[in-house]
Amino acid sequence: MKSARAAQRQIANGLFSAGCYLVTFIALAFLAAILWSLLSQGLGGLDMAVFTKDTPAPGSEGGLRNAILGSLMMCALGMAGALVIGVLAGTWLAEYAGDSKYGAVVRFLNDVLLSAPSILIGLFIYGILVSPFGGFSGYAGAAALALLAAPVITRATEDVLLLQPGALRESAVALGTPLWRTILSVLWRSAGGGILTGALLAFARITGETAPLLFTALNNQFFSLDMGKPTASLPAVIYQYALSAYDDWRRLAWAGALLIAITVLAVTIIARFVAREPRRS
Amino acid sequence: MTLTADASTGLKPPRAARPKGASFDPIFQALCFGAATALLAALGGVIVTLAIGGWPAFQNMGLSFLTSSEWNPVTDVYGAAGPLVGTIITAALALMISLPIAFGVAIFLVELCPTVLRRPIGTAVELLAGIPSIVYGMWGLFVFAPFFSKHVQVPLMTAAAPGSIWEKLVAGIPNGTGILAAAIILAIMILPFMAAMLRELLLTVPPQVRESAYGLGATRLEVVSSVTLPYVRRGAIGAVMLGLGRALGETMAVTFIIGNSHGFPKSIFDSGSTIASTIANEFTEATSLAHTSSLLALGLMLFVITFAVLGMARLLIGQSKH
Repeated sequence: MKSARAAQRQIANGLFSAGCYLVTFIALAFLAAILWSLLSQGLGGLDMAVFTKDTPAPGSEGGLRNAILGSLMMCALGMAGALVIGVLAGTWLAEYAGDSKYGAVVRFLNDVLLSAPSILIGLFIYGILVSPFGGFSGYAGAAALALLAAPVITRATEDVLLLQPGALRESAVALGTPLWRTILSVLWRSAGGGILTGALLAFARITGETAPLLFTALNNQFFSLDMGKPTASLPAVIYQYALSAYDDWRRLAWAGALLIAITVLAVTIIARFVAREPRRS
Repeated sequence: MTLTADASTGLKPPRAARPKGASFDPIFQALCFGAATALLAALGGVIVTLAIGGWPAFQNMGLSFLTSSEWNPVTDVYGAAGPLVGTIITAALALMISLPIAFGVAIFLVELCPTVLRRPIGTAVELLAGIPSIVYGMWGLFVFAPFFSKHVQVPLMTAAAPGSIWEKLVAGIPNGTGILAAAIILAIMILPFMAAMLRELLLTVPPQVRESAYGLGATRLEVVSSVTLPYVRRGAIGAVMLGLGRALGETMAVTFIIGNSHGFPKSIFDSGSTIASTIANEFTEATSLAHTSSLLALGLMLFVITFAVLGMARLLIGQSKH
């Protein structure tokens, strides 16, 4: 009687373990399949022309230079804005907000903003920057990306500042340092690694964002450094080319997708590396 | 933490005690406060923009905007029921598919995995959570869809008995796209994200709790089902809702594979649309005010739905932390 019950439990346990192994295998198989298609379809199209030539008309030779450049410009500008807002807001939450109601509200809504659908951020920027000022522009695209990156940086900054010991603040203030200087030269410096990790993760998040760029930066077939005009971006070009009927456009789309995936993975790995590195004393 | 370097109690005038440059303190605090408020204003701005922009749609169509599934830019008649239902069905299906797998992966990583493999598999899962949506979309359309059509859709459609409920459920054109295909791609997308969060949660269970259960002779299944999962229940529900929030608002991957047709989906292989895919497809091409405002009204509905889900998730996760 007792052994029958034990056997039953053993069988249930065995099935459960096997199930866990199985689903993990399935998940990894799916993910491996995605990476494999990216490599096998994208590597063929990845040559020097991708970096030196602009997006072509169907049937002619070309690359992704203008899209890569547009993406870089918008991401850089977006990150600059997001860093300013994110670090300051995170500092306010950690150093000034305390247990105040307003602080709790900001903290909560920042978390919501963190995972809000990016397409809605695009619509918002369209409403305040594109539609009233009469045109799609790289600046609007950068603003949308900034709004997506800022909550990530805010969260990271707050978390890592709260980890800094109070003695650090007290000793700086005891030396006669004003509070803002304490934050700038002591707290931000010792929290630098954590803030950098947050910034890198934010960057990884916005490099692949497509939806908010569709109606802020739109797209541009030609090489342009003018961010006041519609600006090409890698994700938008991939979207347009992948859904086209031309084989050479599709090949470029796969090459672009591989580029983005490599960038995102590399930045994420660097971020993990930075996070693990022990702080310099 | 607030520190004031103001020694106003002593005999000396307080001025001497103020450090050099302290007059910048309030300005710096105001800057920080301004940045925090800017984030708040952004979220408020999203609501206001969508509400103002979408208002004409609600005014023109009235209640039928929510109930009608006719979406016709030519006659300027817009009903949001199609994308609304599509959003909820695809997100729910995606959650149903990926939930057991995500739990299995998380439990595998915490309880079963050989130590050597724990780091690499855990890292792989976390890294893949960051792969952009558009990559999943392309893979879904060019690799998954042909496979899905050949090995799932066609066999199921030929196997369904004529006139049965199955035949209706799997009706459609077997080209690999549609509601179910979109849900599967969504499930693959949110899987690494949910698995990584659940793993983090399971790691917070103190080893003593788990070990004492093993010490009483519990099997692994019993430890998981009656000790660790109840311990993290609240946070786990929150994590799952965050996954649901992602699935609801996911745009590019769905746009690639759902087929983008308006109206109610009639079967799991039928093409459909979600709120996000409709906006992505039509917004730049919308010429009439009624069309644009209908799309913004759709955006407002998506915002309300995801805000409710994400808000709930954050409350649950936040409370489980303390």
